[in-house]
Amino acid sequence: MLKSAAGVERSGLANIRGALAFVEIEGAYAPAFHEEVEVVGSDGTLRRGRVLSASARGVVVEIFAATEGLQLDASRVRFRGHPIRFGVGPELLGRVFDGTGAPRDDLPPPPAVEMRSIGGSPINPVRRAYPRDFLETGVSSIDALNSIVLGQKIPIFTESGLPHDELAMQIVRQAHAPGVEKFAIVFCALGLPRQTAQRYLDDFVATGARSRLVAFLNLADDPTAERLIAPRCALTAAEYLAFDCGYHVLVVLHDITNYGEALREISAARGEIPSRKGYPGYLYSDLASIFERAGRIEGRPGSLTQIPIVTLPSGDMSHPIPDLTGYVTEGQIVLDRTLWRRGVKPPVAVLSSLSRLMSDGIGAGRTREDHADVARQLYASVAHVERARSLAAIIGSDELTEIERTYLAFGERFERELVSQRSDESRSIDETLTIAWNLLSTLPRGELTRIRDEFVTKYLPS
Amino acid sequence: MNAAGQLTDVSGWVVRARASRALALRELVHVGDERLIGEVIALDHDLATVQVYEETEGLAPGDPLFSTGEPLTIELGPGLLGTIYDGVQRPLAALARDGGDFIGRGAHAFALDRERIWSFEPKAREGEEVLGGITLGFVQETPALRHPTLVPPDVRGIVTFLSPAGPLRVDDPVATIERDGMVKTITMVQRWRARVPRPIRARLPIAQPLVTGQRVLDTFFPLLRGSAAAMPGGFGTGKTVTQQQLCRWADADVIVFVGCGERGNEMTQLVRELPELIDPRTQRLLAERTVLIANTSNMPVSAREASIFTGVTIGEYYRDLGFHVLLLADSISRWAEALREISGRLEEMPAEEGYPPYLSSALAAFYERAGCVTTLGGAEGSLTLISAISPPAGDLTEPVTRHAQRFVRTFWTLDRQLAQARVFPAVSMSASYSELPTANPARDDALAFVEEANRIEETARLVGVESLPDRERFLLRLSEVFREGFLQQSAYDEIDAFCAPERQAALLALFLYVRRRGLELLEHQKPLAKILALPLMTNLQRSKSARELPTIAALEEELGSC
Repeated sequence: MLKSAAGVERSGLANIRGALAFVEIEGAYAPAFHEEVEVVGSDGTLRRGRVLSASARGVVVEIFAATEGLQLDASRVRFRGHPIRFGVGPELLGRVFDGTGAPRDDLPPPPAVEMRSIGGSPINPVRRAYPRDFLETGVSSIDALNSIVLGQKIPIFTESGLPHDELAMQIVRQAHAPGVEKFAIVFCALGLPRQTAQRYLDDFVATGARSRLVAFLNLADDPTAERLIAPRCALTAAEYLAFDCGYHVLVVLHDITNYGEALREISAARGEIPSRKGYPGYLYSDLASIFERAGRIEGRPGSLTQIPIVTLPSGDMSHPIPDLTGYVTEGQIVLDRTLWRRGVKPPVAVLSSLSRLMSDGIGAGRTREDHADVARQLYASVAHVERARSLAAIIGSDELTEIERTYLAFGERFERELVSQRSDESRSIDETLTIAWNLLSTLPRGELTRIRDEFVTKYLPS
Repeated sequence: MNAAGQLTDVSGWVVRARASRALALRELVHVGDERLIGEVIALDHDLATVQVYEETEGLAPGDPLFSTGEPLTIELGPGLLGTIYDGVQRPLAALARDGGDFIGRGAHAFALDRERIWSFEPKAREGEEVLGGITLGFVQETPALRHPTLVPPDVRGIVTFLSPAGPLRVDDPVATIERDGMVKTITMVQRWRARVPRPIRARLPIAQPLVTGQRVLDTFFPLLRGSAAAMPGGFGTGKTVTQQQLCRWADADVIVFVGCGERGNEMTQLVRELPELIDPRTQRLLAERTVLIANTSNMPVSAREASIFTGVTIGEYYRDLGFHVLLLADSISRWAEALREISGRLEEMPAEEGYPPYLSSALAAFYERAGCVTTLGGAEGSLTLISAISPPAGDLTEPVTRHAQRFVRTFWTLDRQLAQARVFPAVSMSASYSELPTANPARDDALAFVEEANRIEETARLVGVESLPDRERFLLRLSEVFREGFLQQSAYDEIDAFCAPERQAALLALFLYVRRRGLELLEHQKPLAKILALPLMTNLQRSKSARELPTIAALEEELGSC
């Protein structure tokens, strides 16, 4: 694609500021947009980077490593003749890479059958298969009310201090789908503290998941620019596993908020015009180029499911990062601090959570015939609980009608029995629905307006 | 095609080239050896700025720029229906056939299949004098639509040849038209510049309702053929599901659905379902009257900007053939953001929130292409526009929503609280409006009922339901039943998914009857508890999914028993 000869070298940088450097170009060689470069300092250290913009005068280069110590005249820049690529091959599983796709586990790079440009290409919408296969996480609040399907992208919206790591690890440990054996995990740390990343790795080792895991680690003190390519390396690996090797791949991207911050930092350094809160106008398109790589393809056996984790800045869901994430992803799992304080674990807020692909992934032959009705009834009843609670907060629960008090009691039990769950407890969808029916049986029969009579007769415990 | 210049700057999908001064603004150009599609968006001496409709990774200064001498045009003719295009009208199925599961670069395909055979039946006569818009003949494009071949708008003269009835390809000559010694060959393919509105004879007043089958829309906030509507809603408020419902059920001859910067999986759902969905009125396949334009959010942003014009031009074309067309755009915010990105790359001075100062006029230019018209050929056609808006953080004061409000007369606000309670379509009764007349005379009465119930609910939240007078408690309970039994409509229920206007009126009449009679009974000192315990209070919630609605007489029988 890049017609220039590989490995053309230029000496000297015209300027350098943070992660961006300008290289003047003379002579016949014209570096291409997004071409990979290597910047070699006078100390001999090699730093990878890429061309951010190319003009006849010279190129702006983004460097994915610390730039301290780089000198202008003593540095050499090598243009590699191709965009940033990641080598995919059958021995990826079990390996740990850094954000640029270089091994981080002291082993040599795995043999590559193909070098792939990390940007990926959009899946042709007419070739996508519509995701409908239920992914059982074993977590009741997700399986019953926000069911996930293979090939979906659904983030966890959380806040600092909430147990999103426990929930994500639990999902990774427990996730399975009927008839699916080839399961793989791609874990991508984006600006995570070392300890947090280590907790994930330790957990993967402890549960034996390590052999079906590929990890890409860009830690909190790793270079910002590397954060922008880490998810793309991870997804290139995931796409290979899913669409070439037939694995059902679960990709955990943690944390998208750090990614957004990195994008803002680089954008500001380039002097671009900001839109909301200093984030670049292309934040939506950029996030989409990551999240849209989830999916399934007609005629290929695997799937690529994404669970990005988004820490809401100051708990604000209207912040540009969660807001635009929500516009791209197919729903969201929301963790709630109030629930957490009440001791509900995992603190999944069922009303503000949503899975857009749920309705076609559940029901007879997928989960159970009554699932959709039960879910609808639970939403309605929990919404009623919320109304009763806000009323009780004003006039006191003694003043409530009997039916409102019934709902208050239902709400308590709902949180304690259905939402609350030990982190080592995996519930089948049948078990989850049984709990749901037991809860619904505490409401008067006339309140169950969202469930068809035949199911009430069949499933409601007497 | 000639090399007309060389690239000097490449930074994302806006590139600059030192080029011939013969290039025209908005000319279609090809960029690089892979011949990526681009459009000239600015000229300055010998510098041309080009937006490229494909990924530009790997382009370098010095790469060639090729001129085509033509603007970006849309191909119009039989074969559009049932086809799925990308933002610059490349048929996605053909791209998949030639290029595989992922969309590569430099792919080219004709928008209209050149091999497909159509059975042409002539209507005009040789020797006849014709003007633009006159029908030369017909082909049956789909079982649902007989597609006239018209004389192009800019052509007039004497028909010197007309194809006899028989099989034709789209680029075979249908007719030759002679004027002042110049002979023009007409085929079924017309080309039209995407950014230029198509000519019409006259605009007609907007008067016919466009039935959507969605109760809350038709009854309370109606849409007329030839008007424009905006539907703002934060994420998770059911914009896409509502749009898809409209796509399925709205009463139009032709539907153009533009997925503009939205989710791939949802687009696929539509693509997969459409061939199987049955039009409730004609019992025919919906695909037979639908054109899909799919520019998913990870496709190039510049093509997203173009996709709206591709859609509108196709919509106007079917309008000009004498059909009623509905165009749904999901979402216009993504289009505005594409404008913002282009503007940013051009380093233009931004106005609000980084949007360019011409955002408002760009939106106006889009919405004003809606209309009910007399076509050049004298037929009546209409183009109705419904645009979803994705306001950041659900904030309706943001620039796109605010500007759109100035150009649309129907405004459907989707409400997050309703959506969280799974009340769909989550159309807010207080924040939506329509300036257009409704067919249902009971609307104002019903709106007053909802408004009063809202007021009571506010009070109840402060003092508790128990403290309310019986009259208000009755209305509050009935409004809950109304919300569930009328406003909420299930997209997945076989019967409820589409509600005909007569049925909407009948159902509304039931609720209003119960309200009037319930209040009368209370005035006659009948006990509230007894009224609330009537089976009809729960039955009314479910009537919407029943084949037969209860009769007023049946309700009266129950009410009378109090």
